[in-house]
Amino acid sequence: MVATAEQRVETHGLVAKGRSPWADARRRFFRNKAAMMGLFILAFVALFALLGGWLAQWSNEELDYNVMGQVAELGGPSFASGHYFGTDDLGRDLFARTVQGTQISLAVGVVGALIACVVGTLYGATAGYFGGRTDGIMMRLVDVFMAVPYMFVLILLLVMYGRSITILFVGIGLISWMEMARIVRGQTLSLKGREFVEAARATGVAAPVIILRHIVPNLLGVIAVYATLLVPLMILTESFISFLGLGVQEPLTSLGALISEGAGTIAYGTTWQLGFPLLFFCLTLFGFFFVGDGLRDALDPKDR
Amino acid sequence: MNMTRTLAVSAAMLGLAGPLHAAGVPDGTKLAEEQSYTFWLLDAIKSMDPQINTDVEGSDILRNLFEGLYNEDGSGELVPGVALDHTVSEDGKTYTFNLRDDARWSNGEPVTAGDFVYAWRRLADPATASEYAWYMELMQVENAAAVIAGEMPPDQLGVTAVDDHTLEVRIITPLPYFPQMLVHGSTFPVLQSLIEEHGDDWTDAGTLVGNGAYTLTEHQLGERVVMEKNDTYWDAGNVTMEQLTALTINDQDQALTRYLAGELDRVDIPAGQYPRLNEEYPDQAISTPYNCSYIYMLNLSEKGPEALKDVRVRKALAYAIDRDIIVERILQGGQRGAYNWTHWAIADFERPQIDWADDMDQAQRLELAKELMTEAGYGPMKPLELTLQYNTSEDHKKIAIAASQMLKQIGVNVTLDNYEWKIHTDRMQNQDFDMARYAWCGDYNEASTYLDLMTSYSGHNNGEFFNDAYDKTMKDSKTATDPLELYQQAETILADEMPIIPIYHYANVDMIADDIKGLPENNVNNTWYGKDLYRIAE
Amino acid sequence: MLSFVLKRLAIAIPTLLLLIVISFVLMHSAPGGPFTAERELPPQILANLNAKYGLDQPLWRQIVVYVWNIVSAFDFGPSFIYKDRTVNEIIAQGFPVTLTYGLLSFVVAVTVGVSLGVAAAIHQNTALDYIAVGVSIGAQVLPNFVMAPILVLVFTLWLGWLPGGGWQGPEYLIMPVIALSTSFMASIARITRSSMLEVLTSNHIRTARAKGLPERRVILRHALKPALLPVISYLGPAFVGMITGSVVVDIYFSTGGIGKAFVDSALNRDYAVMMGVTILMGTLTILFNLVVDILYGWIDPKIRY
Repeated sequence: MVATAEQRVETHGLVAKGRSPWADARRRFFRNKAAMMGLFILAFVALFALLGGWLAQWSNEELDYNVMGQVAELGGPSFASGHYFGTDDLGRDLFARTVQGTQISLAVGVVGALIACVVGTLYGATAGYFGGRTDGIMMRLVDVFMAVPYMFVLILLLVMYGRSITILFVGIGLISWMEMARIVRGQTLSLKGREFVEAARATGVAAPVIILRHIVPNLLGVIAVYATLLVPLMILTESFISFLGLGVQEPLTSLGALISEGAGTIAYGTTWQLGFPLLFFCLTLFGFFFVGDGLRDALDPKDR
Repeated sequence: MNMTRTLAVSAAMLGLAGPLHAAGVPDGTKLAEEQSYTFWLLDAIKSMDPQINTDVEGSDILRNLFEGLYNEDGSGELVPGVALDHTVSEDGKTYTFNLRDDARWSNGEPVTAGDFVYAWRRLADPATASEYAWYMELMQVENAAAVIAGEMPPDQLGVTAVDDHTLEVRIITPLPYFPQMLVHGSTFPVLQSLIEEHGDDWTDAGTLVGNGAYTLTEHQLGERVVMEKNDTYWDAGNVTMEQLTALTINDQDQALTRYLAGELDRVDIPAGQYPRLNEEYPDQAISTPYNCSYIYMLNLSEKGPEALKDVRVRKALAYAIDRDIIVERILQGGQRGAYNWTHWAIADFERPQIDWADDMDQAQRLELAKELMTEAGYGPMKPLELTLQYNTSEDHKKIAIAASQMLKQIGVNVTLDNYEWKIHTDRMQNQDFDMARYAWCGDYNEASTYLDLMTSYSGHNNGEFFNDAYDKTMKDSKTATDPLELYQQAETILADEMPIIPIYHYANVDMIADDIKGLPENNVNNTWYGKDLYRIAE
Repeated sequence: MLSFVLKRLAIAIPTLLLLIVISFVLMHSAPGGPFTAERELPPQILANLNAKYGLDQPLWRQIVVYVWNIVSAFDFGPSFIYKDRTVNEIIAQGFPVTLTYGLLSFVVAVTVGVSLGVAAAIHQNTALDYIAVGVSIGAQVLPNFVMAPILVLVFTLWLGWLPGGGWQGPEYLIMPVIALSTSFMASIARITRSSMLEVLTSNHIRTARAKGLPERRVILRHALKPALLPVISYLGPAFVGMITGSVVVDIYFSTGGIGKAFVDSALNRDYAVMMGVTILMGTLTILFNLVVDILYGWIDPKIRY
């Protein structure tokens, strides 16, 4: 599993920047070639996931009895048979399955990252806003959670309660909000003393409202960067879970599941079963990494 | 009929035919310098204690470290082990085994009838908490049930050492196949003094004392097991193979790659690879029938879906599945499509005439299945929704996917449910399923090992198929002189009621190095012994 | 400093307790127990099994007894599935294996990764830089469960250079270490490269260069230390990732390590092994993070404990 920490977000100064930081950031982002390429790749992958189904001549679960049993000879990529990416071991269309797997992988990544962001932001902002003992206890708790071997807990969850996409979403989201909480807390601490927060507090606005209305909106930049960099980590986590055979239920699949199937049969002359899913897997991850890096550089005014 | 049978005759014949230098090695064979055999284990060995082990892979190891009363030869026929022969009383309920006097434990102590008594009591004793204690009950040993339930002390078990070399066993119903059951690992003797001295650690390499042809020299859990020839074994002079090594490789495809790289002498062939390998390595890719049947069990209990209580639906489900596709296009390893429960290769068994199997082709079956579904009130407007539950395995997954597509043709929407083995089993035992993948491997080579399973009093009938006629047939078969007819009646009831959907009969599909000889070629239980193996010079 | 270390170690205790409680509750509320067998067990035998493993006690009591046995005797109990072994024995066998290839992978990932990153930064926008960046981006997204079977195919089947698995000697280490270290090495190379580039343009490096120090000395003495800060903060996640990766290594290379033992125990409901390995990994994570923090403070004098 690749956990990458260049995704560690450089946060200082991000919020305190003066006029129109968003416009500056946008300009910087669009000038970044790698980020633009990443964006382009992501758009392509998203289009593939959304519209690929229309191009497919087979559904993702139909068995092609003409191919079944002789996949190595007949199941290769071919326009004539309508299997653009070939078939899997059972004669199911790999194109349709890759489209559908990309959907699941993207969904797991995005939903997982979203859950992590929501939980992390609220938790971090609350801790930072209240400060003092509340903050102390909440952040110690985060320290405690961070020492939990989360992959083990996720495996436990999936083994104990059976595989389901809900557990996957929630499990993956819930194991990665801690870093987010720390970052948001740090930012909140510095925001808390600012005039607009003081003003709101003086006029008797309730704490939850201040957190949601005044603090969180000012943190959106940090959250966006972190979320973008979290998505590929979620996708990698899911692929590992699929490798263990604990991913989504058949006939649904994910890129991780397809790759792990393809890698298993690599010696049997069906390399397309690994190649095509792996291509989309890598493209997706590249896309998110590049866009995430670009966003960070753009939102971080410190000159490189 | 004379119920007194004995193995003495065949044993004597074997003694005469005994070749000069090793069991089974033909004269004039040029043996390789290095006599070692490396085989594959999918998982770590869970226990090397004969009375605790529950796995097939564990049994393969146990058969080399220990020896029971009888062994099997390459065709599955009994040959003497620690017992030379036995006599049976007139009523068929008392077996007296005559043990050889030259059997030794690997520490030099003699193997006595008392060692068997200790081991058998230990198996049944609830204090041992063996998950295979029921095997004593299956063997019908006197008082086994009461001992297991803790209602009687273990010394009341119907097994006695008359003297050091005479073992007497009393059973409660005559069982013609009783001697066959003694090949099972849980009946192997163990050394009482060793277990009392070392407790649970007695199976450690270096500590373990067995009476088999090999001793345990290394056991790295999940990595390898190494066994060396045991010089105190009574037939050590005829053992050619010096060393057995078992490598644990958790991934079947990896195991095959490593076999091809020459690291192993035997591996299973993954589904679908047999034809290719058989073409490339015709001397190494081997398929032989294996004593297991694969079915989808239907839940007929209270908790099961209403639709499955209708025999027409059950039949339609069975008819719609195209077994040829499953065995010829998915498994491709010489398995046979199943239209009944008992494995086709079981000794003295012949399947009865079954109309849907013998008189129809798949197109006709499919037609009939559609008609049956319509009759039962289902159709395109009212599809039947069912779940199909299977435990984690690449092969089960493939078959389940194919089956779900086949059932779609008759308007059944199948949802696949994959669980880990423990949950799968737990759900089946609690009747939390519609259709569930199930396989049964015969404990011995006789049809009742399958057919008993579907009786209402069996411990495995999770679908709760309760049928008085079936129970009666199976009870009658126990005392019948020729049970075949009753077995066929039982199969006919199953075909008429269809509580289980037969899918296929297993085959052992292996790559075996072509210089390794002596592995069984005709043994449906695939019971092999390291002592029979040898490696020829190339 | 000392008080910082003590404070961090004090957190370890509630963490481990929490871990134990979470795991116990998870395990005991799920369907299918450790003794779910193909044939339902006779009640007396099931009762004896439950008694042997203490499963007949109320949950809170099981937890207390469990913790007490660890604290008083460092005894993690007998394995539920490997009936002739204790958890201590299983860990004693598997952990040294995992530790060996894990540490080696760690060292390889850090040394090669940092060197590659520094080299790429110094030679920015040269062919070397592009190759280093390209390779590390590729290696970063290639899952190790794809790399492992390819390695075996190439080095064992085709070339016949290395054993395809097992744990017998130094040559058995090579493929596990490659499979486990590559993606971390790639990440470290990328992190080092970008932070090195940043440091090289900073004022104190300009000053050092202006003083006419040789470039080699500038890089090693002045630039490397600050450039390593982000690498060090990445070591924590890398460590956790390697624990996960050990599962893949154990499965593909049959090393008999602790990663596979955990997955097996989870699938087989071996509560004792599952708990033992989880606690071991939790403890290691805590200790490792502590080391990382100390290292961080040593390199960055701005941080005070």
